[in-house]
Amino acid sequence: MTTKLMGEPVRRREDLRLITGRGRYTDDIGHGALAAAFVRSPYAHARITGIDVDGALDVEGVVAIYTYEDLAGPMAEPLPVLIPHPQLTAPRTGFPLARDVVQHVGEAVVMVVATDRYVAEDVCDRIVVSYEELPVVVGVDASRAAVHAVHADVPDNVAARHHQETGDVEAALAASPRTLSFTQYIERSACMPMEGKGVHAVWDADDSSLRVHTSTQASTSVRAAIAAKLQLSLEKVEVVAPDVGGGFGVKIVHPWPEELLVPMAAIALGQPVHWAEDRREHFISSAHEREQRQEITVGYDDEGRVTALDVRAWHDNGAYTPYGIIVPIVTATQLVGPYAVPVYRVRIDSVYTNTVIVTPYRGAGRPQGCYAMERTMDRIAQDLGLDRAEVRRRNLIGKDQFPYDHHLTFQDGRPVIYDSGDYEGLLDKLVALVGWDRAEERRAEAASRGKQLGIGMAMYVEGTGPGPYEGGHVQVLGSGKVLVSTGLTSQGQGHETAFAQIVAHELGVPIEDVEVTTGDTRRFGYAVGTFASRAAVMSGNAIALAARGVRAKALRIAAEILEADVEDLEIDEGVVQVKGTPGTAIPLRTVAVLSNPLRYAFDEAARQATQFAGPGDDSKPPVAVGDAPGLEHVDYYSPIRSTFASGAHAAVVEIDPTTWEIDVVDYAVVHDCGTIVNPMIVEGQVHGGVAQGVGGALYERMAYDSDGQLQNASFMDFLMPYASEVPDVVIDHQETPSPLNPLGLKGAGEAGVIPGTACIASAIEDAIGLRIAAMPISPTELYDLVRSPDAERVPAAIPGVPA
Amino acid sequence: MKPAPFGYADPTSLDEALSVLESEGESAKVMAGGQSLLPLLSMRLASPTTLVDINRVPGLDAVVVGDDGVRVGALVRHVGLLHHAGAAAVQPLLARATANVAHPAIRNRGTTVGSIAHADPSGEMTSVLALTGGSVTVATPAGSSAVDWADFFIGPLETSVHGPAVVIDAFFPALPARTGTAFEEISRRKGDYAVCGAGVTVTLDHDSRVTSARASYISVGLVPEVHDLTEAVVGQSADTADWAAAGALARTLVDPDGDLHASADYRRLLVGVLTERTLARAAQEAQNR
Amino acid sequence: MSVSTERTISVTVNGVPRETTVPVRRLLSDALRHDLELTGTHVGCEHGVCGACTVLVDGQPVRSCLVLAVQVDGKAVTTVEGLARDDGRGGEVLHPVQTAFRECHALQCGFCTPGFLMTMAAGLEARDQSTEITEDEVDEIVGGNLCRCTGYANIKKACRHAAGLMREEAQ
Repeated sequence: MTTKLMGEPVRRREDLRLITGRGRYTDDIGHGALAAAFVRSPYAHARITGIDVDGALDVEGVVAIYTYEDLAGPMAEPLPVLIPHPQLTAPRTGFPLARDVVQHVGEAVVMVVATDRYVAEDVCDRIVVSYEELPVVVGVDASRAAVHAVHADVPDNVAARHHQETGDVEAALAASPRTLSFTQYIERSACMPMEGKGVHAVWDADDSSLRVHTSTQASTSVRAAIAAKLQLSLEKVEVVAPDVGGGFGVKIVHPWPEELLVPMAAIALGQPVHWAEDRREHFISSAHEREQRQEITVGYDDEGRVTALDVRAWHDNGAYTPYGIIVPIVTATQLVGPYAVPVYRVRIDSVYTNTVIVTPYRGAGRPQGCYAMERTMDRIAQDLGLDRAEVRRRNLIGKDQFPYDHHLTFQDGRPVIYDSGDYEGLLDKLVALVGWDRAEERRAEAASRGKQLGIGMAMYVEGTGPGPYEGGHVQVLGSGKVLVSTGLTSQGQGHETAFAQIVAHELGVPIEDVEVTTGDTRRFGYAVGTFASRAAVMSGNAIALAARGVRAKALRIAAEILEADVEDLEIDEGVVQVKGTPGTAIPLRTVAVLSNPLRYAFDEAARQATQFAGPGDDSKPPVAVGDAPGLEHVDYYSPIRSTFASGAHAAVVEIDPTTWEIDVVDYAVVHDCGTIVNPMIVEGQVHGGVAQGVGGALYERMAYDSDGQLQNASFMDFLMPYASEVPDVVIDHQETPSPLNPLGLKGAGEAGVIPGTACIASAIEDAIGLRIAAMPISPTELYDLVRSPDAERVPAAIPGVPA
Repeated sequence: MKPAPFGYADPTSLDEALSVLESEGESAKVMAGGQSLLPLLSMRLASPTTLVDINRVPGLDAVVVGDDGVRVGALVRHVGLLHHAGAAAVQPLLARATANVAHPAIRNRGTTVGSIAHADPSGEMTSVLALTGGSVTVATPAGSSAVDWADFFIGPLETSVHGPAVVIDAFFPALPARTGTAFEEISRRKGDYAVCGAGVTVTLDHDSRVTSARASYISVGLVPEVHDLTEAVVGQSADTADWAAAGALARTLVDPDGDLHASADYRRLLVGVLTERTLARAAQEAQNR
Repeated sequence: MSVSTERTISVTVNGVPRETTVPVRRLLSDALRHDLELTGTHVGCEHGVCGACTVLVDGQPVRSCLVLAVQVDGKAVTTVEGLARDDGRGGEVLHPVQTAFRECHALQCGFCTPGFLMTMAAGLEARDQSTEITEDEVDEIVGGNLCRCTGYANIKKACRHAAGLMREEAQ
């Protein structure tokens, strides 16, 4: 029997090339290509009054300089609004190169192409752009105040008013035995993959075809966008996402201006053109996320059960809305988490500011929603003097309540109906894993060392694997090699391994024979992209269905050859055999050869399939009606709606009351992503997510000044955690398979980051006894808080002691 | 993020280095380890016309330990001081401070003298030079001369050295008898520039009573300063001295700025905390020296 | 003393003598990647913080974005491509740190990996193989490089594992 592969920690098949320096990232491709660099706006809001390139023309090595004036046809129009929504009433997008007004520092104004990047930057230095400065809007509160407008034709700065409600919240609040209200903020961070973006474009003039390598999470859609914008026929454009050095969301946005401009230049110049985004460019011209102001009112009864929830929030979407209002929708709909909320209303205004665009960063609005809901749970507990775990328990959706309909509309336009889960199970495991009930002992022990200890928890439900679809192609070659492809891309999630496990399992072949390709439009043209923890759910299931199709065909062909009944056949280790009769067998590779009737014996194996090779049935055509040559199958998975993963995190912090340094001493995770394909990979995703959660809670913040200048656009000042800042993480799993898809999978990619801010805020609040109303928080801010006369004391709850 | 064009010279003698600097004029820049300079070049925040790389100049890579102190050549890497037992015996602050400089790969390349010449108030070695009462040797076409630390640092990233000149070494005087030291930093991430750091010395008399307590801070103020905190603890026993009082005094003496990572008030708080902690440790050490 | 804008340099890269002509402002990271086409060395920040570009110069880990190519004239540079050894039969023997990264799932996107591998290889080779590695040593070896994918847990695990493999080899 084939070695069990599903659910096993199979070592990654991508690793060998990556640990020996043989990976192929975008910037590794095309030595000797011309290099692009950009003149970017130094102002957050300004009108361009002139562009003088005269001083740049005599730089040795300059090849071309492009401004808005050089853009033609669709390139001269605004970039697409990728995800339109009826509530996005004032969408605005920029141009590939700024036309007349720049809306944030870093917006591209001029593209330079030169013999290499050094020279290209020299040329940029010599180009003089004159600006007339305009008033700058930074931060949600300034945007709300609307003293100045980001876009002149959007005077209130509101791009969208997102609104959902499940009943009459005002009446429900009025009828609630208790209510409380509070306001809180969450700040900006960013995906910050170690590899910035990059584009490499080669134009074949003889063939009028374009090949683009780009560090993207959505190669098929980049391809379509390039074809549309550059007015090329789709089949003349190939887009490949090679090895991608991390994405976390920023590379799902497309087409980035550079993804259009670099191919445009390659076509115009008839030479390969290359652009590798540098770190400063990434800070000021790629995307950020997270900033919101949240005003929350909750009604609840004397037992702490929520009766009504009303959330009013403002979401900073930056200067433009190319990705629509996905982030605020996700916040709005995922906020309710694992809890039954009888009446819920959420109103989020998505507002413009003169800052870098805000688009999904791992979690994509969920960390904000979790922060709102989980801090609400903490406040109810504090108000009633109840244990925070107990209040959560009283509000959880019960195990017997699935499918559970929240009567909300999710980011995919489909209802938020939780498919399966066991939230009480998560909470029980978490309480045990972190030692919730021993918190008071630990607090006393820490106090004896002069430290203030606190513990916090947060739970979440994450809609994963949204549609519309993904596809998979599985083909068995005559060599026995099994080729697998899917259109979505990989940025480190180990798809080559996980998808190979699925195919090896479904088809009954050794995993060594399986070769997986992702994100290459030459291999698979239909795809959506890698986002929203959807790759395993969507492509995993599509590939499983494709493998099942191949298996069925292989069995059908083999049954004829072996003169056996299909029902009696099995495939094991790449051999089709009659169950219990090992001698009666045919290798899958031979089936593959025979599946393709041949005239020409181009190699030894092919001889078996040629027309005189053996007795045939001359009453039938070689390829039956409705059949196709080859042992291959394409299939698609298109879910009715998303599947909902869930989890619970707890953090224990120690605070030094002399320096206000915050140390996360324990971090516990209980995680449920349905059926697990590869637990090693899933744990890796959790570890990485937690590190980003801790970073977002304590270290990372995009610090804009009031002029819209990003003050910390470097790794020196934007504090992504090193190993020294990340706590050890203990993980427990729970597996509640999804009933929605063949493999029972739920997504795992983003989960680790979601509750970080909420549970660390809770732990700090527990440690110092003062209200935390803004995250992230650093020692200097904590020091300000403890000295502030306005700091609100937290009523003493009973941590660790169930009421 | 690529450096603007510059000319490059890598002289093989000090005279040659000085003559290139003289001929290339004010916008030529000396490079040793380059760990602070290269990022500035790549971000085009600095665009010298000529880089004079002194890495091939012989005789600048020695750590010379004498009874009177430690002389550190301009090409001695941080790592060279970190593990130098002889230097640590004469002036323990050198290794203690160096351990706080960035991460190993930076310490392998960056030089102690270079970081002093860079005159960054968030650099460790500038403060150590000040606290130990050290000096640098500045070579010019007219000859070499010692410049006392107090005359060397003019402002952030600014020294009194102008024109064709190479800082060829730094001299850190030996620790006096019955003197202990301590060094501690608080940074946001380990290896980052300090939010605040403190280096201190405590000198005791033969009855283990404090005769001197001095401190110099990192990332506090525009140039390194040495603060005499003796008055808060003078004559007190090393074991029971009121180090908190010295910390309180230190807070009144410093004038920190606020930035993204710390408010001025927070830095002042840390000055007090770190002063108290480090003085207590230094006093313990002093009793054993 | 002449001031040059371009230099021809001779460097032993991964044991092979190489000669290349570069503008003097060329960063070592770019010279390795684009002139010598050794793209295993990655560039993550170009200001010396992330460590992705770490290579060994005369055996010592340095950030190749903080060194000019002209500065390694006459020196030996080792990159990730030079970490595995030939097995003498047309194959290669992975360095223990490479083996450990693979076995411990210490990489995801792989972009920061070469920098970690070089730093760790040098750090572990320099230590006394007769002693068990301590957590402080692990923290020191792993602590200066950024990774955005793994949360470092498995990188630390790989460091311990590699140290064990190297101890076994030494015995």
